[in-house]
Amino acid sequence: MVTEKEIWQYLEEVFDPEVPVLTVIDLGVVQKVSLESDVCKVTITPTYSGCPAMKRIEDDIIEKLTEKGVPKTEVELVLSPAWTTDWITEAGRKKLKEYGIAPPEDEPDKTVLFAKPVVVPCPNCGSRDTRMVSQFGSTACKAHYQCNDCLEPFDYFKCLR
Amino acid sequence: MNALFEYLVRLGDDSLIIGHRLSEWCGHGPILEEDIAMTNLSLDFIGQATSFLKYAGEVEGKGRTEDDLAYLRFDRDYRNLLLVEQPNGDFGMTIVRQFLFDAYRKLLFERLIHSKDETIAAIAAKSLKETKYHLKHSSEWVIRLGDGTEESHQRVQDSLDTLWRYTSELFYADEVDEKLVKDGVIPSMEGLESAWKASVNEVLAEATLKVPDNNWKHEGGRKGMHSEHLGYILAELQYMQRAYPGLEW
Ligand SMILES: [Zn+2]
Repeated sequence: MVTEKEIWQYLEEVFDPEVPVLTVIDLGVVQKVSLESDVCKVTITPTYSGCPAMKRIEDDIIEKLTEKGVPKTEVELVLSPAWTTDWITEAGRKKLKEYGIAPPEDEPDKTVLFAKPVVVPCPNCGSRDTRMVSQFGSTACKAHYQCNDCLEPFDYFKCLR
Repeated sequence: MNALFEYLVRLGDDSLIIGHRLSEWCGHGPILEEDIAMTNLSLDFIGQATSFLKYAGEVEGKGRTEDDLAYLRFDRDYRNLLLVEQPNGDFGMTIVRQFLFDAYRKLLFERLIHSKDETIAAIAAKSLKETKYHLKHSSEWVIRLGDGTEESHQRVQDSLDTLWRYTSELFYADEVDEKLVKDGVIPSMEGLESAWKASVNEVLAEATLKVPDNNWKHEGGRKGMHSEHLGYILAELQYMQRAYPGLEW
């Protein structure tokens, strides 16, 4: 008989399809795991409303748990409380950086127009002399930056609060 | 009439139609970064539309899914604002339309997060975070273009003059809103219009743009009376489901 603790461990093997170094646990999208008789219920919350990866994550969770011998898994998507990048774990932030994506920084209030963009250190050389190329990057959750020192173009996982 | 269903369809259709309009920029953006920005915004809106229409279908209780509502209604059954169905025009026109709408949406969601309906409050809280990004993006472009060259200034001023007539509809309220406010489902929207005007005027002043003084109002979307543009949007939006009923991938 599988335990909740084991389910949490299995979920460490389910990766975000768009940022494949992060597990769903690193990303902070798993809200709850519960077991009732033989049915495992996993509650997840979407990152962005239109994030196309959510359906895939749902399928991957079911596939992984089935592979681990869990007889039946249901994934429930809840909107509340709304996901924030604050939920990305410390381990997740470290993995992002090693992968070449700058993790979310503490950003100022978005109501300030033309605010000085937050300093995003270059994940390649560590320089703090970088510039934002575009507020929108390869996916909804990222912005596009470039390092002024080593010239590395990189993604920045932008702060969502 | 089911007031809650009607209200959710209004919110969902605003998201769906503006999301579709933005998606039309895919591959046509003036610069790569903006092409990506507009399609990312589009994704957020289509995600919001999914949430609102899914809930609308549940509230209606006739077994209609969000896809049924998005793809299988006729034009007169759509409840979106006339503003969001207006053609993209040039980049400046799209930005002005987006800015007028984002400013309204931010204020609206700031109220709806206090809705006593838990699902509305949850969708609003989720959407508000995204809307703040959207508004920052559109406001900065309005200022950049308005306070830019003579050419860019003139073009966004013309766009603003063209779209202004559709802004009174943002604050349209009828028996649907009255019932939901009375039943305590949604908070009162008193002061929404003045707050919108204040926030819009601030950015327009910074952009050296003149607030249009025409008082001609154009409304009807909330009752299904649309401009000629919606039909063309739906022809494209619904094509696959109409040609291949039940198609999935
Ligand atoms: Zn560098």
